[in-house]
Amino acid sequence: MSMPMPPPKRKNPALRTRPMHPPPAARSRIGLGLTAAAARGELALQVCQACGAHQYPPRESCCRCPSTHLKWQAQSGLGQLLAITTLSHSNDLFFRERLPWRLGMVALDVGVSVLVHLHEDVDTPNQNVRVLARLDRAGQAVLIAVPTQPSPHWQETSMMREMGCDPKHRKILITDGKSPTGQALARACVSAGAQTVWVGHAEPWKKLPGLDELAALPGVSLIPLDLTNERDVAKVSGGIGGKVDIVINNAEAHRTHGIADRAGTDAARFEMDLNYFGLLRLAQSLGPALKGRAADGPANAVAWVNVLSIYALANFPAHGTYSASKAAAYSLAQCLRAEMRPFGIRVINVFPGPVEDEWFQSLPPPKLNPDVLARAIVKALQEGTEDVYPGDVAQEWLQRWREDPKILEREIAAGDGQ
Amino acid sequence: MSTTPSILMALAQAMQQRRIEVVDLTQTLTPEFPQISLPPEYGQCWPFRLEEVAQYDARGPSWYWNNFSCGEHTGTHFDAPIHWVSGRHLPFNSVDTIPVEHFVAPAYVIDCVAQTQADPDYLLTVDDVLAFEAAHGRIQARSWLFMRTDWSQRTDPEAYQNFDETGQHTPGPSTEAVRFLIEERDVIGFGSEAIGTDAGQGFHLKPPYPCHYLMHGSGRYGLQCLTNLHLLPPAGAVVLAAPLKIQKGSGSPLRVLALVERT
Repeated sequence: MSMPMPPPKRKNPALRTRPMHPPPAARSRIGLGLTAAAARGELALQVCQACGAHQYPPRESCCRCPSTHLKWQAQSGLGQLLAITTLSHSNDLFFRERLPWRLGMVALDVGVSVLVHLHEDVDTPNQNVRVLARLDRAGQAVLIAVPTQPSPHWQETSMMREMGCDPKHRKILITDGKSPTGQALARACVSAGAQTVWVGHAEPWKKLPGLDELAALPGVSLIPLDLTNERDVAKVSGGIGGKVDIVINNAEAHRTHGIADRAGTDAARFEMDLNYFGLLRLAQSLGPALKGRAADGPANAVAWVNVLSIYALANFPAHGTYSASKAAAYSLAQCLRAEMRPFGIRVINVFPGPVEDEWFQSLPPPKLNPDVLARAIVKALQEGTEDVYPGDVAQEWLQRWREDPKILEREIAAGDGQ
Repeated sequence: MSTTPSILMALAQAMQQRRIEVVDLTQTLTPEFPQISLPPEYGQCWPFRLEEVAQYDARGPSWYWNNFSCGEHTGTHFDAPIHWVSGRHLPFNSVDTIPVEHFVAPAYVIDCVAQTQADPDYLLTVDDVLAFEAAHGRIQARSWLFMRTDWSQRTDPEAYQNFDETGQHTPGPSTEAVRFLIEERDVIGFGSEAIGTDAGQGFHLKPPYPCHYLMHGSGRYGLQCLTNLHLLPPAGAVVLAAPLKIQKGSGSPLRVLALVERT
């Protein structure tokens, strides 16, 4: 049974910090369907819409009938372990440095057999298992067999930590601790076992409740940080850049205007300056330090979280300029992900619907409780998902947006946006 | 030709000989220096921001320069009458149209350090002004009145802003003192070391923000975020305070210099 991971020893400064060599990343275009589902935390397989056969590995046409009508569908992943292999040699740099590595073959209940990484608690042939799709350090989907009844610390094995971005024993920067979301995030990271949580706060002269209580939590320290200030960002990166394992960028400006109901661009510019340029400043400043520490022992640099908004997908006119700034940030976050992936750093984009905070005050419920949002982010870190749509509103928007963005746009314009 | 030097040459000579010193009354523009903070639903004054354009690198191999941004009321800055609704229709009320001779004027410095240390909400009174005049002579027309509080020595932005849940607590003039300075002494303007010419709680005075309302309503000016007032004599300094020539500008950051005679 997996044991709790002990706090890692302090790093020996005489030893070189090795760069990350991510595992093989090549996938076919069709194979990326598995990755797309894993990025949301799902195991999906192609299912033939003509004969119902499940497919593995991903393919162009059905393995049983001539149909090419294959659709990705979420799966339970339940199955039975057929075989275990222990890899003792590899020419691939990633696996070479992590040997021995256990692999297995699982017969899924839906009728296909899959090659999987084995959790250390999966060790008996014919054992019932659940197969998960997770993103590896290359950001590509891999399959992992875990026990159907996992033990409490099953996510803390070294293999699982390679696949996720668990906050446990890691050092985290939360860019804004003044918002309800920031405060909930700090509490959630502490509960998840983070070793250190730096909480940024801008304009320290503006007294907002909750900061002092936050600073009293174990491992939490406040740090002046205003992402609109290039020199402030440089100061923080210079100060803690070599230690941060996880960045959670939740700092945001939010005003409640469209185009016609407020003259001028100052409020919109503030949103853009913080939500878009703030991310750019922080990524330019802190990104290189994370990239250099992606293989830095058991508490390595692993993830960058952007708290965006579901309104990044489609503009919500009542919060029109905010939506635009989040869309810009989303686009930049995709750029960041593309640049971080080769170094083994995961970029997680979070798309909440309206949150229970000051600037969504005038929206009726349902609204996302900041604690629920924070827990969803911690869960995404633990499971290593890339795209998170927490809460009912976000889920509903996502579904409507995936069905047809144009229809969603028209429905929002007609006042059916919530 | 006369052997007596002209007034200006005499001044230049006196400055070369350090009999007249130049004192800088300006705070350095830094991103950390706080800006005036209004309730968040209002438009906001931008803080000072500096973004590097090049530093002898690929963006410009042989040179270093920055772009900066700020509001008209960021850092040590000048308030023109057009800044307030009461001065909106006055002639020559913006920084580009104010007669330039107004930018050079004598300054009187009233020491309110003790009162402010006892009470950060301290309001300058008419009696303070009269007591000052009893000691240092009557305030001459078209002069600046500076309220010295040593507030500028609060280098921690939090202490400088001094906010609590009821807002900002910084010193300024009482309504009566503002009226007296305008009507009885014809000052050219009022200067403060704090973030505004009005007290932090000036919104609760009658009228709200009396220094802005009455000074600008009668064509006077404001200077705020001044520093080094402790280096000025109570009377006798001459201040150079020329704002940037911004078309229809309501104010501007500026370098405020004082000429001080050393005896």
